Amino acid sequence: MKVHSLNLPLTEQEISSLKIGDKVLLSGILFTARDAAHRRLYSMLSEGTNIPFELNNAAIFYCGPSPTPPGRVCGAIGPTTSARMDRYSPLLIERGMKVMIGKGERSEVVQACIHDHRAVYLTCLGGVSALLSEAIVSCETFLWEELGTEAVFKLVVLDLPCYVAYL
Amino acid sequence: MQIRIIPAAEVHRKILEAIGAISFAPDSAVTDMLLKAVELEQDETRKDVLNSMLTNIHLARENKIPLCQDTGTLVVFAYIGNRVVIDGAPLQDIINQALAEATAHLYLRASILIDPLFNRVNSGNNCPAILHLNIVDGDELTLMIAQKGGGAENMSRLKMFSPDASPEEIEQFVMETVTLAGAKACPPLVIGIGIGGNFEVCAKLAKQALFSPISKEKETTYSAWETRIQDTINKSGIGVQGMGGQLTALAVNILCAPCHIASLPVAVNLQCHAHRHITIRM
Ligand code: SF4
Repeated sequence: MKVHSLNLPLTEQEISSLKIGDKVLLSGILFTARDAAHRRLYSMLSEGTNIPFELNNAAIFYCGPSPTPPGRVCGAIGPTTSARMDRYSPLLIERGMKVMIGKGERSEVVQACIHDHRAVYLTCLGGVSALLSEAIVSCETFLWEELGTEAVFKLVVLDLPCYVAYL
Repeated sequence: MQIRIIPAAEVHRKILEAIGAISFAPDSAVTDMLLKAVELEQDETRKDVLNSMLTNIHLARENKIPLCQDTGTLVVFAYIGNRVVIDGAPLQDIINQALAEATAHLYLRASILIDPLFNRVNSGNNCPAILHLNIVDGDELTLMIAQKGGGAENMSRLKMFSPDASPEEIEQFVMETVTLAGAKACPPLVIGIGIGGNFEVCAKLAKQALFSPISKEKETTYSAWETRIQDTINKSGIGVQGMGGQLTALAVNILCAPCHIASLPVAVNLQCHAHRHITIRM
């Protein structure tokens, strides 16, 4: 098993050095977005409104963390099912998003889009959220706090363990 | 008839304790099976995955961080003795209050919306819990409680078979369900199968089947079939977290009920490896 330690944003060379099945320890800035946030991001992009963070080379983690207990940086955190984001992903990829992190298989359309745009889809293990929580350096609500766990959180991660699923 | 009065406060306290116990630890049989699997596993990546899952179980308990960020829908099967009176509040209210308190104090994720379609606003405290009430003989109160995550639940299926369908066709349907779920349901899975009853009863049986012990004596026609289905699933190659290998199903549990001459309803409820459930008796 090949293990890569990579810092976000990923360069084209870094992405092309990956192989399906490799493990990646990911560090840097991620934005979270799951169903509700995707719906909003998608309609903003479709209407031609700028979204409030740089999508070019961005990394998006499909997840909704549990609340942060006192004395910790982050609560339980882990991937949600990526397939639910399939309807939104092609537009986001076309607008420059490079890295998606979630769990489970993606549609053929999304797989082709990832391939054509030299993006990468990483999976995180599902249901190991106390473990993944250890990789979070900071976690702050970034957009749409009213969505609760479905808000966009800005995360700084250190060695978040992921596996390369689609290239 | 001797009536037994159980104060609402006592039921509340027990449910609160139960939620505390399951949020940070899976069924101990899951841990045992993962430990066994990691011993046998030859593949480096899968060994790494299994070790991560075991470390997670350890860290969840140590740090009081939920096993999974999806702390689920709270599902309760209540068996209330016909001589029991719960004094103080309706059981649904007691459960909801305990759930709201647990959500706040244990930092559980609020995942329940007040309306499924037009007004998908979060209730903020995981309420309401889903309660299935059963009145039984006696003076005890038994509560089977589970935190059921959305990922595995979403991949569950129900089919009204023609009554002349063969066991093989049902097996095929179960297999198809597990395959369609792939990594989305976070395998290894516990697979609850409900057969018979009617449309809603088979679904309830499938859910209830998840509470059966993972390792049990295999004796009946159904239990021999459970073992066969489990073996077939484990040969599917989906494996732990969809990464291949021999361990896709931790258990297959079947529950049955009488049904109409025209019907053969079958429901398959999938449960992920974050198998969080407990049974309390009062
Ligand atoms: S399916 Fe289970 S383990 Fe996977 S994310 Fe949902 S609750 Fe967690």
